[in-house]
Amino acid sequence: MEKKTLPEKLFLLSFKVDRTSHLILDKEACMRCPESERACLWICPSEVYKWDAEKRDIIVSYEGCLECGTCRIACPSGALEWRNPRGGFGVAYRFG
Amino acid sequence: MEERFDCIIVGAGPSGTTAALRLAREGLNVAVFERGKPGAKNMFGGVLYSTILDKLIPGFWKEAPVERHVIRKRFSLLSSDSEAAFDLCFNAFDRPPFNNSFTVLRARFDRWYSEKAEEAGAVIVTGANVEDFIVEDGAIRGVKAGMEGGLVRADCVICAEGVNSLLAEKAGLKKKPAPESMTLGVKEIISLPKETIEDRFSLEDGQGAAFDFFGAALGGAVGSGFIYTNRDTLSVGIGCPISVLKEKGLRPNDLIEGFKAHPSVGRYLRGGKMEEFSAHMIPEGGYRAIPGLVRDGLMLVGDSAGLLNPSIFREGTNLAMASGLFAAETVIEARKKGDFSAKTLGDYVERLKGSFVIKDLKRYRGVPTAITSIPGLFGEEPEAILDFLKGHFTVSEKSKDEIHSELKKAFRDRVSMKRLFLELYRASKILR
Ligand SMILES: Cc1cc2nc3c(=O)[nH]c(=O)nc-3n(C[C@H](O)[C@H](O)[C@H](O)COP(=O)(O)OP(=O)(O)OC[C@H]3O[C@@H](n4cnc5c(N)ncnc54)[C@H](O)[C@@H]3O)c2cc1C
Ligand code: SF4
Ligand code: SF4
Repeated sequence: MEKKTLPEKLFLLSFKVDRTSHLILDKEACMRCPESERACLWICPSEVYKWDAEKRDIIVSYEGCLECGTCRIACPSGALEWRNPRGGFGVAYRFG
Repeated sequence: MEERFDCIIVGAGPSGTTAALRLAREGLNVAVFERGKPGAKNMFGGVLYSTILDKLIPGFWKEAPVERHVIRKRFSLLSSDSEAAFDLCFNAFDRPPFNNSFTVLRARFDRWYSEKAEEAGAVIVTGANVEDFIVEDGAIRGVKAGMEGGLVRADCVICAEGVNSLLAEKAGLKKKPAPESMTLGVKEIISLPKETIEDRFSLEDGQGAAFDFFGAALGGAVGSGFIYTNRDTLSVGIGCPISVLKEKGLRPNDLIEGFKAHPSVGRYLRGGKMEEFSAHMIPEGGYRAIPGLVRDGLMLVGDSAGLLNPSIFREGTNLAMASGLFAAETVIEARKKGDFSAKTLGDYVERLKGSFVIKDLKRYRGVPTAITSIPGLFGEEPEAILDFLKGHFTVSEKSKDEIHSELKKAFRDRVSMKRLFLELYRASKILR
């Protein structure tokens, strides 16, 4: 079977992207989160959270969120405010 | 929209739609609020367990978008390059009611089921994300949906929001679940011609297979993999506890890629085309993680109530449908009394306790802790077991006596027998 990269996999999906993010980080609290505990950076199946080394900041690509909720469960602090996308927005599976 | 309903249901998954169908048939004025289009947000492994559904819609499989009925089940223990499997095929399951086990694709099935509730008279409001409840004198009396005219009242609310239980938490019935009690599932839909699937999995037209993979399915981490057959696609995926992903720093996409790359898995996918990638959590906290289920004017059903059997059976859809049905029947009784207090709605909990839902959750209450207490069975032990078996069947000019003493020694050097038996004993609780 041909191999697909994660971006190629996400390209198969249909998303209705809202103007604002449904994933809100308290960046100050995140900066206090020890590097070894920043689970959001590896645990997301869609790799929504990326560390920008230059800006020393977490980039949140909420557009590709699969709404699984894993980041919320894994986050050790209350820094991550997780909401459902607005009604009608977000991912829509064709198979499921 | 109506200003007031007898009952509002949040979520059009199997639990919510079952409640809606039952209430609408009883003639109640009922609305379902669904944040997407029914089914569009939902993914699962693949087998719908349909005992409750067949009672509500007898012979449903003749009209519902089911993929295949499961007659073959295969449980496999993987090491990094070998496999030992237990393959079951029950031809009696080839007749109605097909052992109440059908592979389905949720985007199609949930939509069909929701249409059934609509035909029965339920109002289905789509694109309606419920953000909070209307609370009056401590009782839940409706919902606040993030849309124009989204403030809607009802005598009571059934919360069928699924595993991301934001509303149940807002209602104070539960806290944010712990990483140990949640498993992440990641799945791919891989298309293949119908005939190829039937030949590859030894199936006739309409028959289906459910293959589960344990041992080194996740390259040594606790968790499992699966392949379920649909009509002209395969559902291929993995499940790993969030606590394990977190502690081991694992990336879910690497895990599913590793699983598919195993030679004993990859051979089933050969020539397939990837159609979809998806992720969803499974509430696997079991009996001990069940939250409060009622408060004045509110009941929790399905995954939001943690009603999922986390053992080898991994049943969720049937528990969801049963709980939706019990909640609806409780609403019908409460309406006769004109009383929707927690005391009256407590009848729902009694119905759950009297049924397979709580009885099974109780029986398997040890499973959630057992799974992470048997790491050897996902790591060194399958390697040693399969190397032993490989040695046993390796053709050579050594005498069998010689081979056996060598193999036994090699096995004992790698694995502590005490630990192996302890882990097997713990695992047996998950399997029985
Ligand atoms: C990987 C995986 C494999 C599984 N395998 C199986 C299996 O083989 N067999 C089996 O029986 N079970 C399986 N399950 C479990 C099964 O999918 C669930 O138990 C079942 O779907 C629960 O039904 P539900 O109605 O409670 O919730 P869901 O099916 O999750 O439905 C919840 C609905 O509520 C909507 N919603 C949520 N919040 C809001 C809100 N605020 N406002 C409006 N709408 C909202 C959602 O969009 C969704 O449509 C599996 C689960 C996963 C993740
Ligand atoms: S895990 Fe939570 S606190 Fe830590 S960096 Fe990620 S979002 Fe911030
Ligand atoms: S909900 Fe799931 S897909 Fe979305 S950001 Fe969190 S972990 Fe990633």
